[in-house]
Amino acid sequence: MTYDVPVAPGEKAELEERIEGVREGWPMWEVFVRARRGISHVHIGSLHAPDARSALQNARDVYTRRGEGVSVWVVPSSEIHAFEPEAAAEYVEANEKVYRLATTYEIPDEVGQM
Amino acid sequence: MSEQIVSSTPQGMPVVEMDSHLREVLSHADDNMVLAQRLGEWISYAPDLEIDIALGNIALDHLGVARALYTHAGEVEGEGRSEDDFAMRRTEREFLNLLLVEQPNGDFAQTIVRQFFFDVYQRLVWAELAESDDETLAGVAAKAGKEAAYHYEFSSSWMLRLGDGTEESHTRAQDAVDTLWRFTSELSEPYPEVWRSEVDAVFAETGLNIADDPYQRSGGREGFHTEHLGFLLAEMQWMDRSYPGMEW
Repeated sequence: MTYDVPVAPGEKAELEERIEGVREGWPMWEVFVRARRGISHVHIGSLHAPDARSALQNARDVYTRRGEGVSVWVVPSSEIHAFEPEAAAEYVEANEKVYRLATTYEIPDEVGQM
Repeated sequence: MSEQIVSSTPQGMPVVEMDSHLREVLSHADDNMVLAQRLGEWISYAPDLEIDIALGNIALDHLGVARALYTHAGEVEGEGRSEDDFAMRRTEREFLNLLLVEQPNGDFAQTIVRQFFFDVYQRLVWAELAESDDETLAGVAAKAGKEAAYHYEFSSSWMLRLGDGTEESHTRAQDAVDTLWRFTSELSEPYPEVWRSEVDAVFAETGLNIADDPYQRSGGREGFHTEHLGFLLAEMQWMDRSYPGMEW
């Protein structure tokens, strides 16, 4: 059985193209770890694994063996959707709408230091 | 299943005399030391980077247990022997490990089947020893039990993945079972029925069969080993024997 190594969404396929033909590996998974109760899961890296159970085991071995987290999620990289880098202007730039940035407001004297 | 044929201690060969508690501590220490050495042989050769790290982690868990038990064996014996004296300065005949753990890595399937048989055994060992009157041994067992639970999760899930995977993985896993089954009476005898029923429960899901071959090899616990242990010890002990007492 062979798998296509998926390219992380929104990234160029250069790296994967370079190793194509050398390695027919397992699918890629993204790993999210929550360090403490009450805070969000944070993306910590990625790994290869044949299935979800194995991906969780590998996540434990690769990313959490020093007690880094209380909870681990693994998600198939192919299930993550992202905009193309060229579309960044539409998605993530504030486009001169400075009123969206709190720093543009003048703080009244009565408020004092914030 | 037909009657078991067990080949054990070669006739006329003396068994090393030892206090039974010391023998027990050393037996488990040697199991973990030898298996750690075997798993370490995978480093940089495993099928995948992630598996390389996983097998390395498991090897280090076994090495940690071995070190704690060798140190404790020195205390039980009371003759000032250190962990290095036990690990690096005993001969093949003085090692009391199970024959299973000294068997070569073979392919990945053989390593997984060996690990699975041993993990089922280790979980039973640590559960029993956690209740030991020897408080140090009980403490080591409690900690090792948690590690063994993860090793079992790793090896049993791989048994399922290989046995119920592709035709190739199934064939390799079945070959490994056929190769290693003859070394399992040493694991099942201390835990009549329990060891076997736990193995059977996982095998039922994998589609793998246990070989009908009734031939069983034993003798590891008396220091009578297969031809493989000597080579393993030669590699492991070479540095210390060439440069006695060296440190780095």
